Amino acid sequence: MNPVNYLYLAALLFTIGATGVLIRRNAIVVFMCVELMLNACNLAFVVFSRMHGNLDGQIIAFFTMVVAAAEVVVGLAIIVSLFRTRHSASVDDASLMKL
Amino acid sequence: MSFPLLTATAALPALGAVATAAVPAARRTAAKWLALVVSLATLALAITVLIRFDPGGDRYQLTESHAWIADFGVRYELGVDGIAVALLALTALLIPFIILAGWNDADPLETGSRRWRPTQGFFALILAVEAMVVISFEATDVFLFYIFFEAMLIPMYFLIGGFGDRAHEHGEAAASTQRSYAAVKFLLYNLVGGLIMLAAVIGLYVVAGNFSLQEIAQARANGSLHMVTGTERWLFLGFFFAFAVKAPLWPLHTWLPNAMQESTAPVAVLITAVVDKVGTFAMLRFCLQLFPEASKWATPVILVLALISIVYGALLAVGQRDIKRLVAYASISHFGFIVMGIFAMTSQGQSGATLYMVNHGISTAALMLVAGFLISRRGSRLIADYGGVQKVAPVLAGTFLIGGLATLSLPGLAPFVSEFLVLVGTFTRYPVIGVIATFGIVLAALYTLVLYQRTMTGPVKPEVSAMPDLRVRELVVVGPLIVLLILLGVYPKPVTDIVDPAVRQTMSDVHTTDPKPEVEAAK
Amino acid sequence: MDNLIALLIAAPLLGAAVLLVGGRRLDAVGHWIGTLLSTTSFVLGLVLFAGLLGKDAENRTLTQHLWTWIPVGGFQADVTFRLDQLSMTFVLLITGVGSLIHLYSVGYMEHDERRRRFFGYLNLFLAAMLLLVLADNYLLLYVGWEGVGLASYLLIGFWQHKPSAATAAKKAFLVNRVGDMGLSIAIMLMFTTFGSFAFGPVLSHTGDTSEGRLTAIGLMLLLAACGKSAQVPLQSWLGDAMEGPTPVSALIHAATMVTAGVYLIVRSGAIFNAAPDAQLAVTVVGAVTLIFGAIVGCAKDDIKKALAGSTMSQIGYMVLAAGLGPIGYVFAIMHLVTHGFFKAGLFLGAGSVMHGMNDEVDMRKYGALRTYMPITFVTFGLGYLAIIGFPFLSGFYSKDAIIEAAFAKGGTQGWILGGVALLGAAITAFYMTRVMLMTFFGEKRWQPDAQGHEPHPHESPKTMTIPMIVLAVGSVFAGFFFHLGDRFLHWLEPVTGHSEGDSPIGATTITGATLVCLVVGVGIAWARYGRKPVPVVAPRGSLLTRAARRDLLQDDFNHVVLVRGGEHLTRSLVYVDHTLVDGVVNGTAAGVGGLSGRLRRVQNGFARSYAVSMFGGAALLVAATLLMRAV
Repeated sequence: MNPVNYLYLAALLFTIGATGVLIRRNAIVVFMCVELMLNACNLAFVVFSRMHGNLDGQIIAFFTMVVAAAEVVVGLAIIVSLFRTRHSASVDDASLMKL
Repeated sequence: MSFPLLTATAALPALGAVATAAVPAARRTAAKWLALVVSLATLALAITVLIRFDPGGDRYQLTESHAWIADFGVRYELGVDGIAVALLALTALLIPFIILAGWNDADPLETGSRRWRPTQGFFALILAVEAMVVISFEATDVFLFYIFFEAMLIPMYFLIGGFGDRAHEHGEAAASTQRSYAAVKFLLYNLVGGLIMLAAVIGLYVVAGNFSLQEIAQARANGSLHMVTGTERWLFLGFFFAFAVKAPLWPLHTWLPNAMQESTAPVAVLITAVVDKVGTFAMLRFCLQLFPEASKWATPVILVLALISIVYGALLAVGQRDIKRLVAYASISHFGFIVMGIFAMTSQGQSGATLYMVNHGISTAALMLVAGFLISRRGSRLIADYGGVQKVAPVLAGTFLIGGLATLSLPGLAPFVSEFLVLVGTFTRYPVIGVIATFGIVLAALYTLVLYQRTMTGPVKPEVSAMPDLRVRELVVVGPLIVLLILLGVYPKPVTDIVDPAVRQTMSDVHTTDPKPEVEAAK
Repeated sequence: MDNLIALLIAAPLLGAAVLLVGGRRLDAVGHWIGTLLSTTSFVLGLVLFAGLLGKDAENRTLTQHLWTWIPVGGFQADVTFRLDQLSMTFVLLITGVGSLIHLYSVGYMEHDERRRRFFGYLNLFLAAMLLLVLADNYLLLYVGWEGVGLASYLLIGFWQHKPSAATAAKKAFLVNRVGDMGLSIAIMLMFTTFGSFAFGPVLSHTGDTSEGRLTAIGLMLLLAACGKSAQVPLQSWLGDAMEGPTPVSALIHAATMVTAGVYLIVRSGAIFNAAPDAQLAVTVVGAVTLIFGAIVGCAKDDIKKALAGSTMSQIGYMVLAAGLGPIGYVFAIMHLVTHGFFKAGLFLGAGSVMHGMNDEVDMRKYGALRTYMPITFVTFGLGYLAIIGFPFLSGFYSKDAIIEAAFAKGGTQGWILGGVALLGAAITAFYMTRVMLMTFFGEKRWQPDAQGHEPHPHESPKTMTIPMIVLAVGSVFAGFFFHLGDRFLHWLEPVTGHSEGDSPIGATTITGATLVCLVVGVGIAWARYGRKPVPVVAPRGSLLTRAARRDLLQDDFNHVVLVRGGEHLTRSLVYVDHTLVDGVVNGTAAGVGGLSGRLRRVQNGFARSYAVSMFGGAALLVAATLLMRAV
């Protein structure tokens, strides 16, 4: 199969993720959309690695996974503590970080 | 390897600053004494430099050179010529007087104050400024110079903003607002100048490939380093702008009156007599040596700016109601003379300008410190609040008058020699500018004598009637300065002997010679 | 013997240093220290004078090099003194009259708690004045020149608690500074022209340069002389300078300092000889001041200010003579010396009168003092006769010689200058007779002073009368002594040069005309102030009188044009500096602040709006990259 099709899939996933980040208010959903974008990138990395016959892309994919895992831990912790204090998981409610 | 004398002269006050800052809060007096002793030891080192310096010898002496940031060709290079030696000695000389004059200026306002060790900080900052000024005079590496030229701003910012004058007619809150305004203004002006200079420093590196003043100047002189006219001019302007802010030259001067007005008298002296000298010194050392052709190209404009500074500063001094602002504007006028002397491109002008830097340092210190003593007694900076002080405190009035007479360049006192040299040096090449600048001497008499008349003569105002005369500490500060003013006025030869060879070198760097007198030229 | 020259200056300088630094400990003896050191200088002067007399007329120039003062490139200034006949004359006048006035001040300032300081300043003045006349180059002369200005400033403002004195002192210094500007420009011109400003090189090379340059130098020197010698247009300070103690007026503002301008012109004779236009300017200034001062002197009721007007006028004579070139130099100096005697005597007499009259200065409140103060009356009277040019007294010889020289200038100029000089003689006779009559004759018009003390005129103590007597003797005999066998002429000729002009009218005719003028002047004065009683309150007077009382409106002019104009200028500049120069900077700062205030609103705190900008930014970057690829 033509590897370019995988790239189309990656672009589609990325767009879905980005749209979700922009339009959803629930922090958990936003968070999942971010994960989706990360995985879309991973997919693109692996495809490029395959297309160019170069292992760099696959290595980076591992890095991304590690970062994503770490991010999940920190991000979920933040969301949980936010929910505890505000009893809401809406990102628009937490708009105090401004000048 | 010989003892690194120049490094020691800069390192001693730097270490002294750290040590002073580390003195425990309760032992304020110990910190003062420590700072004084360190500054005196620095003076001793500076005098050693002065003795070891051979006016007839190499251009740069006591040189030290070590690799520093090898990738960019930055070296730790020090060396002094006659001009630097003179200014180094001036700086080292003035700091002990500044410390002694500011002895009680940084005591906590009320006993048991919880503010962070202000006294220790005050003296540590003064020493830090001294260290940086000293190394700026010594550096022969452009990058090294730039770093300390800029770093000086940090301690100065805190000295201006943190230790302002307590004498304020609108109360402490207004004072602190104005103080931070002055400090920020000082910082911003000089930062802008410094940033533009940074761009020029990088540009210089791109063109020349290293930062060594000696190498570049030599390459410029023997023609092996060619610069496109446009490039040279832009680089020159970048350097000159920073120095003109620091000097300060009209119209970049407005930070000085604010800064001097809001800081205590010793800090005001530190600004105008020590820190600002780095600006004029750097014009002589960097602008002329690195960019001789561009310097000549810019001369007419710079001379006109200097002339405006002279007349404008003096006229504004006449119109001031605040003693310290008046001295600040007088200084702007004097800096105009210094810049004019440098860019007149004659040996009289440049020797005069160097001598002027030294003499202006001493004379402003004398006038400003006595003014500080006066202000601390009455708690006001306004001229109108004084009157008849002469009757109550004759010694104070007498020293104030001598400081004033030095400011108006009375013959017999040191500033006359330098001012006349600058005027003659300018006149031989640019008669019209020389003649107009001579009006400055009338205006100088006007603002000084008006100041003296309004504060010291006339009927004694009730508020000053109990004013004590100078104390021993204050006499120790003013006495030697006055003696020096007279000595250098009557016998300036020791200084001119040191300065003269360096000036001749600079003249040959820019490929100029003095104009010949008419009678001799005819023969 | 050359080495003694520096000691001439060192003695009073030491006195000044000791007295001013010494503090209160010296209060009891300070005045005697000052007098002693001033006299020391006078004795040294006599020794040197005797030494000079022992030499040939051609070899009477001594020099003493002390040290190199300013060596910078081609600019060489030395501390070198030069003693020749011209400076010797001044040294004797300065130290002689100076010592007498020191002695006089011992009595005059007896009740002043700051007497020690007064003597310190007087000694400082002597040192500076001696430096001025002994300097061997113009720059060193300049030091003395400003030094006497400083001493004059300190002494005019000696009673600083009076605002009028402080203002007068400041005014004197400032007006002098305008003149000093001329001197410094002259020195700069000399340096660019001759490469030197020492007397020798400059004065011997005047032939090597253009007349235009010499004229410029000459005019600048004239400006300097105008400032120091109170000549029109820089004369306004002298009247106010009378705020100083009377001995100061006698020494500085009559006998010595104000004549420095004449010294400068005569010393620079070689320059003026080669620049006829500058010379003409000098004579015009002299002639105008001569009349100006005389008119002012006629209208003043303040005895010291009347004498100040007279001083101005007499110096006008000297400047006029100096402008005549070699025909006049010697007579300018001769009149300077005789004037030193009689004018110092007159001022000391005026001081003695004030001393007896509770410091009253208004002559309308004097009258009939001759019986109460006989010595003052006689000495003042002799000075009076000398100044108006009474036959065979000092002023007769010196002034007559100047009038003759003025006519001898020749042509229309000669007639005009001679006529002005004659007219001046008549007015001099008028105003001096007026002073004499109002003070010593007529009826008592004494008034109690502000505290209600009735004046009790009495003769002054011996320390004051002795100097007056000595000066009176000088006023009487000096002229005759100098004139006898043209002694003074032969003494000065080697330095200044001399030539006889050819006068269109004979010497006897001129002397006759001078005497007629004298009689007319005295006669008018007697008719107005001797025959009729003098009113205590000044009458309104004619337009000219009123103008003359206000120094011919020159002060008003200065006030309106310079003082007011200057105030407006500085005030508007302060405004400009604050709003324009500083305003640009503050405006920039405010602009940056405003812009950041706007930009701040973008930070609304909504995480999703930040995300939009991130995506937008990323999209822009990608678009830009693609666009660059395509191009």
